[in-house]
Amino acid sequence: MATKGIKVGDAVENLVKLFLSFLKIGAFSFGGGYAMLPLIEEEIIKVQGWLTETEFIDIVAISEMTPGPIAINSATFLGYKVAGVLGSVLATLAVVLPSFTVMSILYHFITKFKNTPYLEWAFTGIRPVVLGLIAAASVTVAKSAFIDIKSVIIGAGLFYLVSFKNFNAILAIVLAGFLGALLY
Amino acid sequence: MLFKMFITFFKIGAFTFGGGYAMLPIIQEEVVNKKNWIDDDEFMDALAVAQGSPGPVAVNTSIYIGYKLKGFPGALTSALGTILPSFIVILIIATFFYQFRDYPIVDKIFLGIRPAVVALILSAVYKLIKKSKFGYKRLMISLATVLTIVFLGISPIYLVIAGGVGAIVYNKVNS
Repeated sequence: MATKGIKVGDAVENLVKLFLSFLKIGAFSFGGGYAMLPLIEEEIIKVQGWLTETEFIDIVAISEMTPGPIAINSATFLGYKVAGVLGSVLATLAVVLPSFTVMSILYHFITKFKNTPYLEWAFTGIRPVVLGLIAAASVTVAKSAFIDIKSVIIGAGLFYLVSFKNFNAILAIVLAGFLGALLY
Repeated sequence: MLFKMFITFFKIGAFTFGGGYAMLPIIQEEVVNKKNWIDDDEFMDALAVAQGSPGPVAVNTSIYIGYKLKGFPGALTSALGTILPSFIVILIIATFFYQFRDYPIVDKIFLGIRPAVVALILSAVYKLIKKSKFGYKRLMISLATVLTIVFLGISPIYLVIAGGVGAIVYNKVNS
């Protein structure tokens, strides 16, 4: 059954799927960063089954600690996981391609868009949706992250520090890693 | 010039942690204050367009500034410069990640880190609510979005489209 031809075909099919998935993620995620997570989750975990929920969170955590936009980081990481170096190149290109296309068009037509209210109107509706998307991402992550009372305390404590004491996000993750090694 | 642009955006990409929004002040510092490539008003224009477009905000901003400076080759150069550092770092990490993944200590570390990710996302929500000054109606849209995604599992794509189209119709009817 598993002849070489079929294997090559599968690999190509996987690469095409990967490219299309990240093209979709790049094209429909507004607001950047966390707002992209529900879309990545939908495409990569639910539709394609390329990752488990916990692997997904680990990648988000790694993205927080490494330089650059989260969308790029997760595209590179997931691309590598699904199809190696070629996969990471393809996924990263795919997630940026819609940005590049839209920005190219907007740059040339910006004066026209500035005079119509439609774009501004659309965004009065899209912005609250984006806020909702970010909140939904936290629910998803919480489902796999809060496994016992210790994890809830770590989460609550860091939420307080980051929100009200301007505690640095990278430090929060490093601290949480220490606590994890210590407590579990 | 293209080479200078590449180096500048590469630096920006390499030294900003914590996602796209953390990059914006660094871009401003480098491109507006240090290099004088564009002025503050032009930077604000770039930001407005970048936030209104799909995709990572920092990458969008770089692309816009690239166009402004050197047209299409400029846009390509600045986009590549911004993305390349993340790409290289993540590729290196991804290569080693699955080797280290099996050590029990790594498992424990990630058990601690996962709740931290929840905390970071929630605190982003908190800060956005405070900053956005959304009225009652728009907060209801946010709430409806959360509930729809969590309980009905509807694709975020449809919700973004519905939000945009709905707002246009709403404003059209009321104007």
